[in-house]
Amino acid sequence: MSQSNQRIRVLVAKPGLDGHDRGAKVIARALRDAGREVIYTGLRQTPEMIAAAALQEDVDAVGVSILSGAHNTLCPRIVSLLREQGMADTLVVLGGIVPQEDIPKLKEQGVAEIFLPGTSTQDIAEFIRNNVKPRD
Amino acid sequence: MPELKETSSENLQRERWHDETLRPALARQPERKTHFQTVSLEEVNRLYDPADVAEIDVEDDLSYPGEFPYTRGIHATGYRGKLWTMRQFAGFGTPEETNARFKYLLKEGQTGLSVAYDLPALMGYDADSSLSEGEVGKCGVAVSSLADMEALFVGIPLESVTVSQTINAPASVFLAMYLVVAEKQGADWKKISGTLQNDILKEYIAQKEWIYPIRSAMKLVVDTFEFCALRVPKYNPISVSGYHIREAGATALQELAFTLRDGIEYVDWGLRAGLDLDRFVPRISFFFNAHNDFFEEVAKYRAARRIWARTMRERFGATDERTLKLRFHTQTAGVSLTVQQPLNNIVRVAIQALAGVMGGTQSLHTDAYDEALALPTDKAALIALRTQQIIAEETGVANTVDPLGGSYFVEALTDKMERGAMEYFDRIDSMGGMVEAVEKGFPQREIQESAYQYQKALERGDQTIVGVNKYVMKDEVQEVPILVIDESVRNHQIERIEQARAKRDRGAVDRTLAAVKQAAQRGDNTMPATIDAVREYATLGEICSALRDVYGVYEEPAI
Repeated sequence: MSQSNQRIRVLVAKPGLDGHDRGAKVIARALRDAGREVIYTGLRQTPEMIAAAALQEDVDAVGVSILSGAHNTLCPRIVSLLREQGMADTLVVLGGIVPQEDIPKLKEQGVAEIFLPGTSTQDIAEFIRNNVKPRD
Repeated sequence: MPELKETSSENLQRERWHDETLRPALARQPERKTHFQTVSLEEVNRLYDPADVAEIDVEDDLSYPGEFPYTRGIHATGYRGKLWTMRQFAGFGTPEETNARFKYLLKEGQTGLSVAYDLPALMGYDADSSLSEGEVGKCGVAVSSLADMEALFVGIPLESVTVSQTINAPASVFLAMYLVVAEKQGADWKKISGTLQNDILKEYIAQKEWIYPIRSAMKLVVDTFEFCALRVPKYNPISVSGYHIREAGATALQELAFTLRDGIEYVDWGLRAGLDLDRFVPRISFFFNAHNDFFEEVAKYRAARRIWARTMRERFGATDERTLKLRFHTQTAGVSLTVQQPLNNIVRVAIQALAGVMGGTQSLHTDAYDEALALPTDKAALIALRTQQIIAEETGVANTVDPLGGSYFVEALTDKMERGAMEYFDRIDSMGGMVEAVEKGFPQREIQESAYQYQKALERGDQTIVGVNKYVMKDEVQEVPILVIDESVRNHQIERIEQARAKRDRGAVDRTLAAVKQAAQRGDNTMPATIDAVREYATLGEICSALRDVYGVYEEPAI
């Protein structure tokens, strides 16, 4: 695994108008404690700002936190902006309040995994470790 | 000193029990774990006995219900006179849809209304703003102007129904809209009651739906205090909220301490603006969370009343009992609800609600069991309301005042809460006050740390959530019907805004918006100008943008 000699870089992103950042902050710290390099965008970032930050920070994964129900609007846009800027390999995961029936469509649109409330931070860290694309 | 003798004989009794009964019992059957902790990760002793309450003075610390320091409640008869107000927080989709939900809840026996607004409204954006895309009507009802507010309250008489509005950064605009709707209904402002959340400090601390920089936002809050004291005397212009602080990860003690210290900050700011203590403080209300740890919550509410009464007397020299009495609303802990096995949430909510009642709450919202999935359906909202009705009318807990008063455990916890809160007050005072503490990121960091420690305790298995980290059901099939709000709501709302804009007098809108700006620039009370602008159907977004031009916007420091 090429990942073993370099730290995985994760962008924790909080798009939309919602201010509930408990989850985003807990996961950012847990990932950091698990040895990942974490960049947190702060609140109320547009998909464009998130994609730009992902590029600038050269991250391996983007973890999006949405609790407001706006995931169907925001997630596909983040994925397509990443693809447009040549980051099709960047792993995108979503955490938050997401109804079951939205999950298949989100996955089809390129969200690798959706973590619902109650997921342990270890499971999320492990998923990211196992699924980021190795760098050349 | 007879008291001392009593205590020492109690100590002897405790030692005897320890040797003769406890030790052999532990030898036969060790305890389940070495440490027992509350959900706030506070240590709980094996047993509480008279020695634990030896420092508590029954007369000074507990007194009687309706008497200083109100530990046992603010009413002499508790719930024997009047039950708490059953006030379910509701709002989703369009104003018309939420109006129908309100009428449904009133028909089913709810006794007050509580409006949940959507995120664009909370942030001061209209539904047609590009920033509102994907968010309109999702977390609450969409309201962009007086026209929406009129539709929201059609057929609901604001002179007789009390309405609580959860709105903060743009609260003054919502107060204005509410007052104009009431006026158009023919209601007398002197008679209407209700509550505006309007607690901007906890936005910077926890909920994070802010617009303007802190000090300008505080000025807007003080404007509403002053305006209501003069013109709407029965209205509560603020509900100082611990709820969101707790949801963000605070412990019960931090919720209590930061909320009451926020309350002190508002009193300070009101006094500095020249308001009369006994005119505005009696209309400051509070809002607490009801989490899972039953006794810790009950102690928190009892301590809140005692601390507030003592602080008002000792710090501000208050004597009027209306100024000394802390009145509060309670909501069960949304954060405790689980997606897994969601029907279990009905049980959690019932126990949390019971804590609120045993703590003497004035009004209560019980969460619906499906709220970890989406906004509640009619059916889920009804079960939540029925839960309160069962507590009130079947269990008998409302038959006597402060039923847990005198419990060694509850009194010891109440006392510990008070001491802990006073320590936080000292730390915050030493920073110069709550505004300064927030600017330094102090409460934010404390809460973040607690949230992380709780998550770690959960993942170690030290804290249990049934269905999540214990008694997990693999391959659980989700069969709960949920409320779906699609993008048609935004289109509907955009049409409504366009209709309202087409009908209004553009000149009057511009003139009143300029007056709002001018009032803000001069440091005048912004309420009269805001009411004028609202009357002309200036939109929420337009008014907030006028104020943004004057005040600027808040940038969160990295914490």
